[in-house]
Amino acid sequence: MSSYSITAPSSRQKWIAGTIVILYALITITPLVWIIATGFKSGPDSISYPPKVLFQPTLEGYVNLFTTRTRANAEDLAAMPPPETWYEQVVRDNGMVIAGPSRYGERFLNSVIIGFGSTFLSVFLGTLAAYAFSRFKIPLKDDLLFFILSTRMMPPIAVAIPIFLMFRTLGLSDTHLGMILLYTAVNISLAVWLLKGFIDEIPREYEEAALIDGYTRFQAFYKVVLPQAATGIASTAIFCLIFAWNEYAFAVLLTSGTAQTAPPFIPTIIGVGGKDWPAVAAGATLFLLPVMVFTILLRKHLLRGITFGAVRK
Amino acid sequence: MLNTMTERVAKVTPLAAVRRIRGLSDRTIAWIFVAPTIFLLLAINIFPLVWTIRLSLTNYRANQPNRPLQWVGLDNYRRILNDSDIWNTMQVTAHFLIWTIVLQVLIGFTLAWLINRKFKGNDLWTTIIVLPMMLSPAVVGNFWTFFYQPQIGIFNYVVAFFAGADPSSFTMIGSVDLAPWSIVIVDTWMWTPFVMLICLAGLRSIPSYIYEAAAIDRASSWRQFWTITIPMVMPFLMLAVLFRGIENFKMFDLVVQLTGGGPGSTTELTSINLKREAFEKWRTGYASAYAIILFVTVFGLASIYVKALNKVKER
Repeated sequence: MSSYSITAPSSRQKWIAGTIVILYALITITPLVWIIATGFKSGPDSISYPPKVLFQPTLEGYVNLFTTRTRANAEDLAAMPPPETWYEQVVRDNGMVIAGPSRYGERFLNSVIIGFGSTFLSVFLGTLAAYAFSRFKIPLKDDLLFFILSTRMMPPIAVAIPIFLMFRTLGLSDTHLGMILLYTAVNISLAVWLLKGFIDEIPREYEEAALIDGYTRFQAFYKVVLPQAATGIASTAIFCLIFAWNEYAFAVLLTSGTAQTAPPFIPTIIGVGGKDWPAVAAGATLFLLPVMVFTILLRKHLLRGITFGAVRK
Repeated sequence: MLNTMTERVAKVTPLAAVRRIRGLSDRTIAWIFVAPTIFLLLAINIFPLVWTIRLSLTNYRANQPNRPLQWVGLDNYRRILNDSDIWNTMQVTAHFLIWTIVLQVLIGFTLAWLINRKFKGNDLWTTIIVLPMMLSPAVVGNFWTFFYQPQIGIFNYVVAFFAGADPSSFTMIGSVDLAPWSIVIVDTWMWTPFVMLICLAGLRSIPSYIYEAAAIDRASSWRQFWTITIPMVMPFLMLAVLFRGIENFKMFDLVVQLTGGGPGSTTELTSINLKREAFEKWRTGYASAYAIILFVTVFGLASIYVKALNKVKER
């Protein structure tokens, strides 16, 4: 099957290379596995010495993540009617009662709204701009493209000062709309650069044929180019979503209540009396898992996405 | 001559064809398509930048908006350049930048080189290695404070296990000596795959016939490595360094969650320092000048670097 080559690595070389890489992969993945595992540990198990690899799994962390609790003394607990749900049982086993829901659900929902809202906007605007940059003669095209890219070089904190003031004046502070617009502005450079690369790869002949067939330029754009660019648009969207999902600096400075996303919230999760690591781990797991899944789906376009289309493989 | 003529005709034909068809002209469409993006960037990037420049010339404080505004000229800039705290911050940032880049390039390149041996299942393992890079730095950084805890943290436990020491005998983020390394370690863990992926693309771009020719000429594999592999991967490697350099110069989320700049100011990178000035001390004018200096620095360094990169590419 494979032809003999004087430069192909020998099987011994492959074996050694494979062992080292797998070893590295196992070490590098350990912190992530540990986060996921901690989410299923009980409070004492999570902070035991030496650290526990094997433990009795429990959903305590997840229950604590979604609830706020207060401590109750044994007599009061005994006097209460029996718990109606399994999660009440979990809380009571630790000598506590549920006081109400936590804010995690809201914060997660904020991340979803702001993430999807800004992704939709940046991909929509980005596709239009990328198509124009790819197909038309635009004066100062290279300068405009570089300008779009350079907006990404600014440290977020540096632009955060005037944005903070601007949002305060316009009443956009701590609103979904404000954050969606902001993340769109940050993501659009990525969207334009990536999508331009994808659209550049679609042969112009397709549209030209459509134009000759009597389509208007606009029809040619959405009936011919868009379907061809679908994969590129989808992977660009995922990159934008991941960025908005992970963003922290703007979120922590510009949101505090109604529009706060999950990244500034998760580190502030505390339990009754001390940091509740299983709950933090549960919150982190739920928040990180979607991105892990997306990464696996995206693996073929990963390189392109992280280098703004500079390296295409 | 004939060639350019035919090219011209070819270029003009579709345009003319379009004009005959009803609908908007290409030019109008181009502007309609590009305008919203440019407008958004002007409103949310350039306008704030101009505003920052204006603020940097004043003594404005955002927490006291009604205080009379005073123009102080270039005073803020002068004070920043003479501020020893800021020079300390710059040193901390330089330490972080240099070490993360050195480690990530060494480990990332080695991994890419090994993966390029094309052992069985290398795709799967590459995907696993890449995972940390895609995750929220704030959330993951927060979790590393847990890993770094003496005794209960796995980092201390594992290191102590191999070094044969007591896990509570050292604390990574609490000690002045180790804290700068604790952020280097986490950043390296997170971003090595980035350098690795770019190097891998570089290695895969080298056509195998070059190696075959070298092998026929009896060039040792050591020589092949230094005269073929390294020079051909260099532009990719430099691109990776550019990205990491810009990103780590801006670094905020991971480190603010990990150490918050402490202990003392041993891990106070410029972004963290800037956030303190702007949003804790509320010296808005001063912080604006600081932001402009940082921006000019990044932009200047990046432009010089890109020039160097292009030279390497031309070779």
